[in-house]
Amino acid sequence: MKLTLRVWRQQNADAPGTMATYPVDGISEDMSFLEMLDTLNEELTLKGEEPVAFDHDCREGICGACSLVINGDAHGPERTTTCQLHMRSFDDGDTIDVEPWRAAAFPVVKDLVVDRSAFDRIIQSGGYISAPTGAAPEAHSTPVPKPDADFAFEHAECIGCGACVAACPNGSAMLFTSAKINHLNVLPQGAPERETRVLDMVAQMDEEGFGGCTLTGECATACPKGIPLPSIAAMNKEWLRATRKVSR
Amino acid sequence: MARTLLKSTVGKKTIMAVSGLIMLMYLVVHMLGNLKIFFGAGEFNHYAHWLRTLGEPFLHYEWALWLIRVVLVAAVVAHAVSAYQLSRLDRRARPVAYAHKRRRASYATRTMRWGGIILALFIVWHLLDLTTGTVHPGGFQEGHPYQNVVDTFSTWYSGVIYIVAMLALGLHIRHGFWSAAQTLGAGNATRDRVLKATANALALVLTVGFIAVPVAVMTGVVS
Repeated sequence: MKLTLRVWRQQNADAPGTMATYPVDGISEDMSFLEMLDTLNEELTLKGEEPVAFDHDCREGICGACSLVINGDAHGPERTTTCQLHMRSFDDGDTIDVEPWRAAAFPVVKDLVVDRSAFDRIIQSGGYISAPTGAAPEAHSTPVPKPDADFAFEHAECIGCGACVAACPNGSAMLFTSAKINHLNVLPQGAPERETRVLDMVAQMDEEGFGGCTLTGECATACPKGIPLPSIAAMNKEWLRATRKVSR
Repeated sequence: MARTLLKSTVGKKTIMAVSGLIMLMYLVVHMLGNLKIFFGAGEFNHYAHWLRTLGEPFLHYEWALWLIRVVLVAAVVAHAVSAYQLSRLDRRARPVAYAHKRRRASYATRTMRWGGIILALFIVWHLLDLTTGTVHPGGFQEGHPYQNVVDTFSTWYSGVIYIVAMLALGLHIRHGFWSAAQTLGAGNATRDRVLKATANALALVLTVGFIAVPVAVMTGVVS
């Protein structure tokens, strides 16, 4: 396959960036999108140019490190992570636009790499449970109803990649935050912090400068782990409940 | 609690949802009342007069009407202020736009902000036209709403303004009702289809119900 890439190049957080055009040749349709970028970077390195910086880690679709907005879609045209996106999703001769996640709360570090520490701070503000340490407890000592376990697991699938923020026209992090809150709030282990968790995590989310939700549903469409849009409604319900219960 | 509600994006959305639902309830009643015009001048004018004597003798003349007006003004102000604040936050959250543009979301979703502004301007015109009579095209007569409505829609531009605004209203309600339900935590995977169908039905019924009046006047069904 022969492709034309238009890639966002930006030296550092303060430098102005621009879309640079690169032709790439000899791409197999069995390559992943990241392997295609590796090919480009090898060529750039051989020519003495600076390779394109992009985030990646496990390349198995489970770590949440890779990002990229490809032709306007977070993680590209398939519903998966960029590392699991294959070049067979594109046609020979295509021009592909590659951009970083765009959000005030995700400043560009370099080229396609953005700083997603805002997510870490949201997690730190309430994405934990208080549990006694020591020997592993008996698994059946705390019964969890099957529907609750399923609901928790569905939301625990969130890998925190930030595609929801990148896809949202408002740069909102509500799908991410709702996944983290719902995951723990439905379980008995998360019950002691049920109110403070949702209040603190939503407050931290606002603090980071993410936008509000207008229910466009772009986040849920982009999410590689299929976190559903009603998660946000579930979070709102928890938030309203906590606001009523806790006077602050 | 009040501070949390006013400060948080989720809180601001809650204010939008509640104020929106108050206005929506009013619109349903307003639309049903409008349809009385099809029963003739006598019944329509009598209905308008009854609105002023509503609640008597416990309430004084027009008190119920003013009570409704106060609640509505509060709802409009709360809705508009929250919308303005949230829109500013949303714009600031995405300072650099994507170079690769693509159309996102449905038409109703994308036009919420402009639709809201169109509706706000419409309400101003609508009040100046049929409540105060300031911009009324004929001789505005207090207490004769039937004749006032017929006079208004005898001019082509009033009909156009009204119909365009009601189409904007339909789109606004279509996305707004569903969004409000999500904001108030009523949404879940199984209930969302019902909520969406309700939003569509409300939007359609209100738009058709409101547009029926100018169309009837313009076609001579009501004269």
